[in-house]
Amino acid sequence: MLANVFEQAGITTVNIGLVRGQLETSKPPRALYVEFPLGRPLGRPDDVELQTAVLTTALELTSRDDGPFIVDYPEVIAEEGDEPASCPMPPRHDPDLHPAIDEARGIRNAYQRNVDTTGRTLLGRVASPDVDGVVTLIEQVIRLESGERLDDIGWDSATAIAAGQDIRAYYEEAGLQLADNVVGARSLESWFYSATEAGQLIRRAQKVMKEQGTADDFVVQYILPGTQAR
Amino acid sequence: MSADANLRNAVGGLPSPEFDTSPTTLGTPLSEAKVAIVTTAGLKRSGEVELWQPGDGSYTVIPADARDLQLSHFSPNFDRSGIAADLNVVYPIDRLNELADAGVIGSVAERHLSFMGAQFDFASIIQDTAPRAAQELVDDDVDVVIFTPV
Repeated sequence: MLANVFEQAGITTVNIGLVRGQLETSKPPRALYVEFPLGRPLGRPDDVELQTAVLTTALELTSRDDGPFIVDYPEVIAEEGDEPASCPMPPRHDPDLHPAIDEARGIRNAYQRNVDTTGRTLLGRVASPDVDGVVTLIEQVIRLESGERLDDIGWDSATAIAAGQDIRAYYEEAGLQLADNVVGARSLESWFYSATEAGQLIRRAQKVMKEQGTADDFVVQYILPGTQAR
Repeated sequence: MSADANLRNAVGGLPSPEFDTSPTTLGTPLSEAKVAIVTTAGLKRSGEVELWQPGDGSYTVIPADARDLQLSHFSPNFDRSGIAADLNVVYPIDRLNELADAGVIGSVAERHLSFMGAQFDFASIIQDTAPRAAQELVDDDVDVVIFTPV
């Protein structure tokens, strides 16, 4: 859709696509289908060779004017499994704290190492990009788990969903430093939602919101990845 | 069935607007072309705190030297750890710079754009934000756009 508008403005376009069915229905002028994990259209992180090959393959399609066509990228990155990453966690520090807050405080150094390594963070949409910001979000989710309504805690739907992703970002970025195995797509997602206190807190809060109607359907649907809402 | 396969099945058949023609402008040779990235990953710069709501067909402008980008897409249904580790998995700006240095492309645009994907209000995008976005890149003398999803 966007590609057609841009072409009408006189710009040559090429689309990389992760969902072949979408390319088939939207019919961009030139498309390269990559069967890679969703969220990783250029392939594996830090795999410069693969990323360059994908980008070059796509750009070379701009020499063709026989579109709409779809070219399949020859390399497939098979699902790397939804198995949780293995991340050794620090022991509980303060038994008087809620376990999710104690846990979040315990991985602050790992989170900071990742910020120092990458120079970036995805945390910070609705909280300050540090452990204190994450703790304030966790405190809000604890209130949701206890049955308080979304508007009672001062959140709208978009804030709630973004908060869930902010907490996830903090953990996944710490997890990049903590993981003792190669981190495939979704392995940190699975680790966060199945093996951490904060992830399980969000799951429980989602269940309460769903069962008690304390948040709208949009929040119930999107505060967790669909794969985790089992 | 795995998570990604389920999602591909769920969204693969969703309707899309039909265009009477599928224009295929044949542009400048790649080695002379100025290239811009337009991603639908919902990237915003840190500090652009406004949340991206579903149905919001607006776009953000990303200066070529910006790396302080956040993933503001509302959907949690894709891997985010790859982007956390390496922005290039969705916004291949460093790879594009390398291709320019190697002479594969002519140059890298000064400005790149991000929309948020998973849209349903096609009309306002087709008639409003997409033409404005395209014009911004035309004004920057961009020859080629590569679209990247998330």
